[in-house]
Amino acid sequence: MTSLPVSTYVLATGLALILVGLWGMLTQKNIIRMIIGFSLIDTGIHMVMIAIGYVTGRTAPIIDAAVSISDAAQRVVDPVPSALVLTAIVIGLGVTAVMLAYAVSIHRARKSLSIDDCSESKW
Amino acid sequence: MLKRLFIFLTLILTALVFSDLALNYSEHTELSKLAQHYAAQGPRELGAANLVTSVVVTYRGLDTLGEVTVLFISAAGVGLLLRRREGQDADEPPRKPASEIVQTAAQLLMPMVFLFGVYVFVNGHLTPGGGFQGGAIIASGVLLLLLALPHAQVSHRLLMLTESLSGFSYVLIGVLGIVLAGGFLDNRIMPLGDFGTLFSAGAIPIIYIFVGLKVGSELSAVLDRFR
Repeated sequence: MTSLPVSTYVLATGLALILVGLWGMLTQKNIIRMIIGFSLIDTGIHMVMIAIGYVTGRTAPIIDAAVSISDAAQRVVDPVPSALVLTAIVIGLGVTAVMLAYAVSIHRARKSLSIDDCSESKW
Repeated sequence: MLKRLFIFLTLILTALVFSDLALNYSEHTELSKLAQHYAAQGPRELGAANLVTSVVVTYRGLDTLGEVTVLFISAAGVGLLLRRREGQDADEPPRKPASEIVQTAAQLLMPMVFLFGVYVFVNGHLTPGGGFQGGAIIASGVLLLLLALPHAQVSHRLLMLTESLSGFSYVLIGVLGIVLAGGFLDNRIMPLGDFGTLFSAGAIPIIYIFVGLKVGSELSAVLDRFR
């Protein structure tokens, strides 16, 4: 049996996290758990993006003693997905902060974190 | 029962969306053309040793400006949702003071945490790290302070001043790029310096210092709202 390349495992874990997170968001009643589901989807997407940016046998896109300027194009992985994931992490943080703030104000208003207690807006 | 069926269907359909990516995945053996350009020309063009930084701050600097804006809006949203009304603190139960271990550790670690945060964003063009990471480390120092001293008053005026001044300077440097160099957020408004040293990569360290201060103060304000 040939072993799979390392980024396959990262990709598969990321996709599994996306599905677990989506399942959590759809089935859980507790608002905090739904937010955790969102965070899992977020992390899963980051892992998928990083896995796609990996190039076999290469190293981090930083030039130092190990990677010289002239052979950077042959030695480093794709820097673009890393940069996009950096952006995505910060945006995810912002979204999570706003969701948690909503959870806190819902809890203040209704003394409950269950989504079933917020039934006015249900169709 | 029907609801469960729909949830199951949604999960299956989502898995189907990604199945092509997962099943036909094969690791890349070469960079894409764009990445090739960034890796081959980036260090010469911009002088940053960390290629991710050169992509984040300069090649896709506009994305980063948008990202900073999103973070600002979410901090403002948290502030709006969790604003304190007059006399609200009075009916909350009194907070227990932190143990002596936490208090002593906080006093000992706070300066080091702040120093490490500054180190991370000042060296963002050389080593892994940058404005966002350094800002998050600074905010973790503020979190430690809030844990150790639950009644500490965080100066919102100071946070607001740091945040708006650094945000303004960031955009100002971006506009200077149009006047003095190739375009908005071009880092070559200053000499590129010696490759791989602290004073290199043109305006990238300056931009990352402002981003770090802005992110640090925004996240500190968010943490203060949540306590």
